[in-house]
Amino acid sequence: MNDKKNGFVSRLLIILVFVFLYAPIILLILFSFNAGNSGSVWKGFSLHWYGELFHNRLILQSVYTTLLVSALATVIATVAGTFAAIGFFAMRREIRGPLVTVNNIPMMNADIVTGVSLCLLFVAFFGFYGSFAHWFNGVQNFVHLKEQLSMGFGTLLIAHIGFNIPYVILSVSPKLRQMDKNLVDAAQDLGCTWMQAFFKVILPEIKPGIVSGALTAFTMSIDDFVISYFTAGSSSSTLAMTIYGMTKKRVTPQINAVSTLLFLTVLILLALINLRESRRAAKTCP
Amino acid sequence: MKNRLSRLAYPYVLWMALFVVAPILIMLVYAFTSADGGFTLANFLRMGRYSVVFVRSFKLALIATVICLLVGYPISYFMSREGPGFQRTAMVLIMLPMWMNFLLRTYSWMSILENNGLLNRFFRFIGLISAWNAAFGTDINGFRMLNTQGAVVLGMVYNYLPFMILPIYSVILKLDHSLIEAARDLGADGAHVFLKVTLPLSLPGVLSGITMVFVPSVSTFAISQMLGGGTQTLLGDLIEQQFLGGAYNPHLGAAISLVMMLIVVLCMYVMNRFGEGEEEAVIL
Amino acid sequence: MKKAIALVLSAVTLLGTAACSGNSGSSSSSSGSAQSFENVVNVCSWGEYIDESLIDEFEAETGIHVNYQTAESNEALYSQLKMGGVDYDVVVPSDYMIARLIKEDMLAELNYDNIPNFSLIDPQYTHLSYDPDNLYTVPYTWGTVGIIYNTAMIDDEITSWSAMFDPKYAGNVLMIRNSRDALMAALCYLGYSINTTDEAEIREAFALLRGAKEQGVYQSFVMDEIYQKMEGGNAAISMYYAGDYLTMLENNEDLAYVVPEEGSNWFVDAMCVLKTAQHKENAEAWINFIASTESNLRNMDYIWYASPNQEALAQYPDYYEEEYGEALDEEIYNIMAAPPEVLERCEVYVNLPQETLDLYNELWTELGI
Repeated sequence: MNDKKNGFVSRLLIILVFVFLYAPIILLILFSFNAGNSGSVWKGFSLHWYGELFHNRLILQSVYTTLLVSALATVIATVAGTFAAIGFFAMRREIRGPLVTVNNIPMMNADIVTGVSLCLLFVAFFGFYGSFAHWFNGVQNFVHLKEQLSMGFGTLLIAHIGFNIPYVILSVSPKLRQMDKNLVDAAQDLGCTWMQAFFKVILPEIKPGIVSGALTAFTMSIDDFVISYFTAGSSSSTLAMTIYGMTKKRVTPQINAVSTLLFLTVLILLALINLRESRRAAKTCP
Repeated sequence: MKNRLSRLAYPYVLWMALFVVAPILIMLVYAFTSADGGFTLANFLRMGRYSVVFVRSFKLALIATVICLLVGYPISYFMSREGPGFQRTAMVLIMLPMWMNFLLRTYSWMSILENNGLLNRFFRFIGLISAWNAAFGTDINGFRMLNTQGAVVLGMVYNYLPFMILPIYSVILKLDHSLIEAARDLGADGAHVFLKVTLPLSLPGVLSGITMVFVPSVSTFAISQMLGGGTQTLLGDLIEQQFLGGAYNPHLGAAISLVMMLIVVLCMYVMNRFGEGEEEAVIL
Repeated sequence: MKKAIALVLSAVTLLGTAACSGNSGSSSSSSGSAQSFENVVNVCSWGEYIDESLIDEFEAETGIHVNYQTAESNEALYSQLKMGGVDYDVVVPSDYMIARLIKEDMLAELNYDNIPNFSLIDPQYTHLSYDPDNLYTVPYTWGTVGIIYNTAMIDDEITSWSAMFDPKYAGNVLMIRNSRDALMAALCYLGYSINTTDEAEIREAFALLRGAKEQGVYQSFVMDEIYQKMEGGNAAISMYYAGDYLTMLENNEDLAYVVPEEGSNWFVDAMCVLKTAQHKENAEAWINFIASTESNLRNMDYIWYASPNQEALAQYPDYYEEEYGEALDEEIYNIMAAPPEVLERCEVYVNLPQETLDLYNELWTELGI
């Protein structure tokens, strides 16, 4: 597509950057097969650390927590974000403006500020709730409220939903703007209720935006460390938090084994996708 | 119809009030109160002492951003000039590391940069260390790389370089090639086309890239803890320490967060103002 | 910024389908491991501080599921508890932190009827100043803080805290990452009490630390990262706990340990139950299990911290000989369970008044700068 191809120097630069990006990852993978427990001295080949990994409850539990919170947050954020985007779209400009600005705050803010401020909110709420429950348990005897709340899966989920919704809105909104506005009116004129109009007309139009919003949300959830760190409390730990904890303890090559498995999963999936894509491409344009 | 649909946003507006606005207000309250609940400005007055940390954070984040830009721009540019197959593979290769947790990637650098780590072992193996000792009359056993500012900057560049490449690359890819052809038809040579057409038109990508590298860099705490070993405290470390670390004082932590947030927002605002004209050009 | 993210978004979507299908696939394989347990006890201890097979054994014996977590230091644990983000039942803080938690009404009184093994604890380690009526605690371990150094890298014999501040060793020293222990080293070196509340003395100690930091003495500030750094010869000198030194010694024979001549801290870490605990009876069951002689022997063998259980400490050399077929080196036993002449020059931490604690926090934050 370009008239001018790259010279040797620019190719070399690209290759160097790839070496820079991949050398640490390859070393990480290599040392996951180390028989010794060092990250820098090779003591022979072994699959020992993989065995240990699959007996490490903490890691398995945190993989599960990560997937569960990401999946739930993605589903909820996608639904909520899609509705919110449609709502914003239907609003008058002067109302929408400030709301969109507030919506952008979690994306613009540094993660640590989001995390810390949510943490403070939860703590303040628990304090408030605690005194309420205490008072409530004091004045009546029928229902006993738990007086002590702490951060955990619930707060983690709220935080994840919170930082995911803006990304969903961000990817749905452009699709709404591209949509022919008369379509909805036409559907209603032809006797559709607004529910029908929504499901039969709007939804199909913005579907690509919803899908990409959901994928972004899922990625953001899986990748997040900082916000989870401040909102998960002690009872739930995501994989990122567990890894962070591991780097602060006696280091075992189990970390390397985790990385290798993660990397391989993504690699295999990408290969599969690419294979499917190229097959599809071959079919459609022979 | 339109008005009825706008009701769909009401739950989310409530959500934003609860989980976006309220937390920031609570942070404000914390920042302006002391442990016994009274109003105070002491948290902000103490901040002067931490100016070194502010300066260091912004300095290191700025260096990392500049390096990312200097490396990322040419890479994006060259990539966009390759064939579609190469581009696709290159994109996948650039994004692949992003799917691994950044803590793992940072951890890998720890074992590479240690005094007895892979790089120093390699240097010893090829005789670089002894050559160095002979040449400079020193008696070192390896270079000190971990726990330095350089290591922290390296960690930032390594983790956030894709954030610089991706937006720039996307913008360059979408450039209207008729503009470039027109410039060439009008007699501009390669360098001129780049300086007068490609570069200005790709500025929005550059601005996005800068934001996306700078904000996480200036607020990181994991990277500086892992590669700086507690000797290169950044704003993120300072904040983390006040909340879940070894110096419990959430009021001070909230105040530092607040000031950092304001500075970052201000920087971004000024930068976006500066780049606004060009952005319009691309949209049109 | 909005545009920026939109751009990345589009790029992510390019590969998006990969993430989606992939991760749902792997979830089914791991979901088996995570059932929800009602009958649980949430324990927070330190890293490398238990023989983990004891956890499995306790679970098999009682059917109580143990959520075993770790905190980095007493100060970090305190922050977590104060922020209210945690739901621990049992914590294992050190003496001075226990005193602080008692003072701030954060610990629950134990029902010692549920902890019969408490009687096995040597009275020497009960009713200590932090819990004079012994209402809240069951001691877990005790030990000393000292200097660990690599004899292959350091020619001199180290006997004084001065090594932790000496520019001669610049770049080769690891300082501990918690305010109390770090300032303790400086206070001891200056000849002050480790429990001083005199602001001038504390500031002088801080100045010593800060000066050393500015001269580049400290390679980094560490807690459990110390294992890798000392075992791998990445640093020559550090200060840490006796038990952990013995663990490191297993992996690097060149390491030596000394309780400096100026004195040091000797500590007791004890198990306590938080006032907010939701599973108090399970917590007491856990404490009782850990306090048994058998558990103490196995723990001691694994973590090398001295046990407060009289029987276990006395039996340990025999246990070791039976287990490994060779006699336990007396020197090692004396490092683990410091003899009276060493303990004589060591002091126990006491909880400091609030102003001093605030000063510690303030100085600690400043040292980071």
